[in-house]
Amino acid sequence: MSGPARLVTHGLRASVEGKEILKGIDIEVAQGEIHALMGPNGSGKSTLAFTVMGHPKYEVTGGAMSFDDQDLLGLRADDRAKLGLFLCFQYPTAIPGVTTVNFLRAALRAQGKEMPAREFMKRLSDEMAALRIDESFRSRYINDGFSGGEKKRSEILQLAMLRPRLAILDETDSGLDVDALRTVAEGVMRIAGPDIGVLVITHYPRILEYLRPHVVHVMHDGRVVMSGGPDLARRIEREGYEPILGTAVPEPARV
Amino acid sequence: MAVQARELTKDYKYGFHDEDISVFRTAKGLSPEVVAAISQHKSEPEWMLKFRLKALDHFRKRPMPTWGADLSGIDFENIYYYVKPVDEMGRTWDDVPESIKRTFDRLGIPEAERNFLAGVSAQYDSEVVYHNIREDLEKIGVIFSDCDTGLREHEDIFRKYFGTVIPPNDNKFAALNSAVWSGGSFVYVPKGVQVDIPLQAYFRINSDNMGQFERTLIIADEGSSVHYIEGCTAPNYSSDSLHSAVVELIAHKGAKIRYTTIQNWSDNVYNLVTKRAIAHEGATVEWIDGNLGSKVTMKYPSVYLMGEHSHAEVMSAAFAGSGQHQDAGSKAIHVAPNTTSNIVSRSISKGSGRTSYRGHIKVLPKAHDVKVNVRCDALLLDEESRSDTYPYMDIDNPDVTVGHEATVSKVGEDQIFYLTSRGIGEQDATALIVNGFFEPFVKELPMEYAVELNRLLALSMEGAIG
Repeated sequence: MSGPARLVTHGLRASVEGKEILKGIDIEVAQGEIHALMGPNGSGKSTLAFTVMGHPKYEVTGGAMSFDDQDLLGLRADDRAKLGLFLCFQYPTAIPGVTTVNFLRAALRAQGKEMPAREFMKRLSDEMAALRIDESFRSRYINDGFSGGEKKRSEILQLAMLRPRLAILDETDSGLDVDALRTVAEGVMRIAGPDIGVLVITHYPRILEYLRPHVVHVMHDGRVVMSGGPDLARRIEREGYEPILGTAVPEPARV
Repeated sequence: MAVQARELTKDYKYGFHDEDISVFRTAKGLSPEVVAAISQHKSEPEWMLKFRLKALDHFRKRPMPTWGADLSGIDFENIYYYVKPVDEMGRTWDDVPESIKRTFDRLGIPEAERNFLAGVSAQYDSEVVYHNIREDLEKIGVIFSDCDTGLREHEDIFRKYFGTVIPPNDNKFAALNSAVWSGGSFVYVPKGVQVDIPLQAYFRINSDNMGQFERTLIIADEGSSVHYIEGCTAPNYSSDSLHSAVVELIAHKGAKIRYTTIQNWSDNVYNLVTKRAIAHEGATVEWIDGNLGSKVTMKYPSVYLMGEHSHAEVMSAAFAGSGQHQDAGSKAIHVAPNTTSNIVSRSISKGSGRTSYRGHIKVLPKAHDVKVNVRCDALLLDEESRSDTYPYMDIDNPDVTVGHEATVSKVGEDQIFYLTSRGIGEQDATALIVNGFFEPFVKELPMEYAVELNRLLALSMEGAIG
C-alpha cells in the first residue's frame, strides 16, 4: 500500500493510575500534514501524546490506534519509534553520562538509520548550526543541566537527526522566549514537508503563526470537541477557550 | 534469583580454568610449618621468616571482623596458601609454559603489552610467571619486578619500606597476607623520572581452593611519577577462593602515583584487600578502583597525607550483581596542614546484589586549611537490590572545609521511556544509563580498559530486565 502513512486513533480511551483521562479520541494525521491540538490545561493533550508513544504508565482501556495501518496497541515504545513515531517531550529526562553524540548514534543504530561517522558529524553540525546550538553540546550529557530552552532545542535536534514519519510536539513552545520560539519553530519548518506528519500540542497560538497548521483541534475533558482550519486558532487567541467550549475553564498554569 | 546468578556466571568469560600444572604446593591449611615452608622455598633471609611468623601470630589472635560484609563462608583450613605453577619466571613470552600462556593470551595480555604498556607482570596463583619492563626505563633505574625478586635483588630499598605503610598487625587480613605473601609487584621510580605509560600487573587465580596473597610495594622518589594498573580474574569453581592482597604506596616529595585496579574476580572469590598510601609534601596519590567481580569485596584504599600540600584522589566504581556484596570505600587521613582529598564513589546494585560505601575521613588537630570532598552515588536497578552508606568523619581541627554528598537513585521509568521512545530497546536503554552512571570513572581509564569495562558491564547487564 502506498500513499502517506497515517496516525489514526478511533474512540481511544486511556487511563493513568486507574483514572480515565482520554474518553474517546478520534484523530487522523497523515504524512505531509500539520495539525495543532489545543485546549486548556488538564484536557488530556499530553496524555494523548504519551499514549500514542506507548508510555507504560498510560493504559489504553478502549478504542483503536494505528500508524501506517499497523496496530500500535501491544507495541512497545521502541517499536513505535522504529515505525517512525517521534515525541518531542515537554519535560525531557536527563541521562547523566550519556553524551548527545552517543545518544543520537545509539538511537540511529536502533532504528536502522546508521550512517558513516563523517556523514553523521556533518549532519549534526549542520542541524546544530541551524538551531543555534553551541558546539559544546555534542559532548554534554543529554538534558543534564540543560536550561529549558536548551532542552527544547535538543528535542528538535533529535527530531532533525532521526527524521521520523510522524512527530508529536508536546508543548515545545512552553517556557521559550520570543527568539527561542522562532528558532525552534523554524527548526520544525525545516523538517516539515511531504514526508512528515506533525501534531503540535500547544496552549498558545503564537507558535502556530510559524507552523501554519492545516487543521486545528480543540480538546477538552478527554475529548476532541471541535476541529477546524487555521481560523480556529485565531478565534481562540481572540476569545479564549470559554466561548468555544461553552464552559468556564481554569487559568492555564504558566510554565 | 538463583537463575540470575547462574546467568552471570555463564557470562563470565574468564570462567575457564586450565589443568593444574603446579610444581610445588604447601599442604592445605595454615600453620607455622606452612609459613616456614613458603619462606624456605623462596630462600628468604631470616628477618623475613621472622616477620612472617610474627604476622601469623597476629592473624591467629585477631578475631574475624564483623563490622562489614559476611565472611562466615571462609574456611581458613581448606585453603592452599602457596601454589607454585612454574620453576622459572619467563622473561620472554615464549618462556611461559604453554597452558599458562594460553590463559594470558585469552586475556589479551601480550597485545596490551605491545600496544600501550611500559612493562607487564603476570601472576598465576602464587608466583609471577612472566615479567618484562621496557629497556629504556630499566636503564634509567626504574625497578619493576615481582616482590620476591625485589627482596632478593634490592633488599636495602625493599627492607626500608616493606611493611612500613601497612604493618602486619594492622588488621586480620593484612596479618594473613604478611604471613603467607607471595608474588605481587615491586616498583621503584628514581628521583625526577616520569614513567609516561602504565606499568601493568595481571593477577590470575587458577587453582581450586586457592588463596592468592600478593604483596605490592611501590615507591615513587622525589618528583617522579608512575601509573600502575592491575587486573584480576579467576575461574569458576564450586568452592570459594580467597584473595587477600596488601598494597603499599610511598609517594615522596612532589611525586605522583596513580594506581588503577579493575577487579573482575569470578563470583566465588572473597576479595579482602588492604591498600594504603603515604603522601609526602606536595605529593599526589590517586586510587582508581573498579570492582565488578568477586563474591565479597572489602576494600578501602587509603591515603595518609603526611606532608603539606599533598593531595589524595580516590575514584571508585562498584557493580554488585545477584549474590555479590561490594563493600568498598576509602579513607583519607589528613595529618599535615594544607592537604586536600577528593573521594568519588559510584556503585550499582542489580538483583540481590548489594553495595556499601564505607568511608573514613580523619583530620588531625594540627592539620589546618584542609579541604575534603566526598561524593557517593548509588544506583539501584531493581526492587531487590540494596545500597548502604557508612561515612565516618573525625575532624579535630576547626579550620577545615568538608563537602559531603550522597545520593541513591533508581533507574527511572521515565529515563527508560525517554530512551525507548527513540527506538532504543529496553535492555540497551538500561545499559546506556548504567554506562552513563559510570562515565566519570570510565573517563579516568586508559582507552583499552574503558572499552573492556563497558563490555563487561554490558555482559553483567544481560538479563537485567525481564
